[in-house]
Amino acid sequence: MDMFVLQMFNGLSISSILLLIALGLAVTFGLMNVINMAHGELIMIGAYATYVTQNLFISYAPAAWFEVYFIVALPIAFGVAALIGWLLEVILIRHLYGRPLDSLLATWGVGMMLQQLARTIFGAPNVGVSSPSWLNGGLAISDGIVFPYKRIFIIALVAVVLLCMYLYIYRTSSGRRMRAVMQNRSMAGCLGISTRRVDGMTFAIGSGIAGIAGCALTLIGPIGPSLGTYYIVDAFMVVVLGGVGKLVGTVCGALGIGMFNTLFETYTSASIGKVLVFVCIVAFLQWKPRGLVAMRTRSLD
Amino acid sequence: MSALLKSGSLKTRIIWAVVLILMCLAPLISTEFRLSLLAKFLALAILAIGLDLIWGYGGVLSLGHGVFFGLGGYAMAMYLKLQASGTSLPDFMGWSGLSGLPWFWEPFRSFPVALILGIALPALLAFVLGWFTFRNRITGVYFTILTQALVLITVTLFIGKQEWTGGTNGITGYNSIFGFTLHSAGTTIVLYYITLAILVLTYLLCRRIVNSRFGQVLEASRDGENRVRFLGYDPAGYKTLTFALSGALAGIAGMLFVLQVGIISPSMMGIVPSIEMVLWVALGGRGTLIGAVIGAVVLNAAKTGISEAYPEGWLFVLGGLFVTVVLFMPHGLVGVYRNVVRLLKRRGEVVHVPVSKEKPEVY
Repeated sequence: MDMFVLQMFNGLSISSILLLIALGLAVTFGLMNVINMAHGELIMIGAYATYVTQNLFISYAPAAWFEVYFIVALPIAFGVAALIGWLLEVILIRHLYGRPLDSLLATWGVGMMLQQLARTIFGAPNVGVSSPSWLNGGLAISDGIVFPYKRIFIIALVAVVLLCMYLYIYRTSSGRRMRAVMQNRSMAGCLGISTRRVDGMTFAIGSGIAGIAGCALTLIGPIGPSLGTYYIVDAFMVVVLGGVGKLVGTVCGALGIGMFNTLFETYTSASIGKVLVFVCIVAFLQWKPRGLVAMRTRSLD
Repeated sequence: MSALLKSGSLKTRIIWAVVLILMCLAPLISTEFRLSLLAKFLALAILAIGLDLIWGYGGVLSLGHGVFFGLGGYAMAMYLKLQASGTSLPDFMGWSGLSGLPWFWEPFRSFPVALILGIALPALLAFVLGWFTFRNRITGVYFTILTQALVLITVTLFIGKQEWTGGTNGITGYNSIFGFTLHSAGTTIVLYYITLAILVLTYLLCRRIVNSRFGQVLEASRDGENRVRFLGYDPAGYKTLTFALSGALAGIAGMLFVLQVGIISPSMMGIVPSIEMVLWVALGGRGTLIGAVIGAVVLNAAKTGISEAYPEGWLFVLGGLFVTVVLFMPHGLVGVYRNVVRLLKRRGEVVHVPVSKEKPEVY
């Protein structure tokens, strides 16, 4: 029983990380029909931003301040990743709208260059980020069950990001503009919305969330230039499974994949577990080819 | 080869003949090392033709060809490894604590069976995946992501099942086939000619397919799948068959590759090699079979050259190429060549220039 509860908790924590990564993808994919393969590298940028912040705190700030560096690193990671994402959109992506496969190839090239750049700047080996002491240890539920604070923190962080996203998309005027562009780009343009600006903005937000995901990943393990590649395919599977265009689909997709992955891995092995998850996803798509929650449309294709 | 020479204008025919003769003479003028490299590139060009068939003509982008390539490669490597080990167990199985040969290794003792399986397994896997996705009209980006996931899980599986597949190291430690050493001068030349012959046959077969009714329906379903469906065709069937053929060609390429390189490992079928394969086709020009061949040879030659001179630089070059090709050369090198030819003709004030068949954008 203890084992099962722990596995469930692990599954939840994996799901939350997947969700954080897939959230940015879902936003850009759903809104602009752009496949951003460089998303993994934006995660890496967020992680390295955290690493740099930590080093700056160690070098220049009083030792007592070190405890709060992680809180400072979160907005920094968001900002840096959002800025680079925005630049990417301005320079490259806006030439590729409506060509998802081309955008996939081009952004993959960008991702490769960013990876090599990180390797040149920070070196190929992984670097470690030491987490603040208040995140060490865990919450003991009973004798056999200890929930690490780090994982609880990540789950809470994801919940907060999700809430912010919800409020932004459904409760602010700029979020309404974003939804309008997503649903009918030309009509939104006719009504005076600058779709260009909305695109740039959305892409920056999606990238910023990737940065936060990178920041959260530093709590889990060492970071390296190819950090993002480990997660990117899984995150895309979340988007495909969840369906494009609705937040709730992404949430369900992430929960489903994370939970099933943990369950299968517990009862078989890591590699067989991955195969089973993949088979389940393909089987599920037989039933609902458009994913769990898809936007209703009457258009062909 | 005669079929090649019969097609096109006199000029094209002459160019074809010259290229073929030059390729046949290559062993006389190049060193053994260069020849073996060239043979490797030609093997990869077979895969590129298959990829071009499904992407350029079918409009379906597969990032999973590394898997099909790997399956072919592993089939050949398993045969060679069993030959090299004789009656004893392959060495890595012993290290992993296996006492008997796994049952699915047994068929690979015989060369013809290994050969057939090396083609049939990738084709079957492609067929199954295609069957389950195209039938449900999962196309475009969704399919691409699924193929990428296929690569990921296959690599995980091959690394995880170390006792069966040799894990991260892959299958190594064999150097002869039918008693001939793989790296001797004679074997290199024979392998080169075999590869060249298979490449030419593949090209002819695929060109036949594209020019046939089958190829026309395939191209039509790329440009307007719903219209094809309304006309009473089943685009899913055409795409599935093409995808299976493409997988089979990748398997053949994998088998030839193992013979030339003498090693196969999961890192050769991973996500990065799979997407590199797509760039071969994109650089050469998708939707033109010859473009795939040119792209594969040029890019691999460039990779060898650049990696030798400046190992760090290769990823920058590769990444930059992706961006450049997508933004500025949507029809690849072949498209550039056509544009230049058209420009020259216009400048020479030739009265009526037939506009070359433009391919519409493939999404």
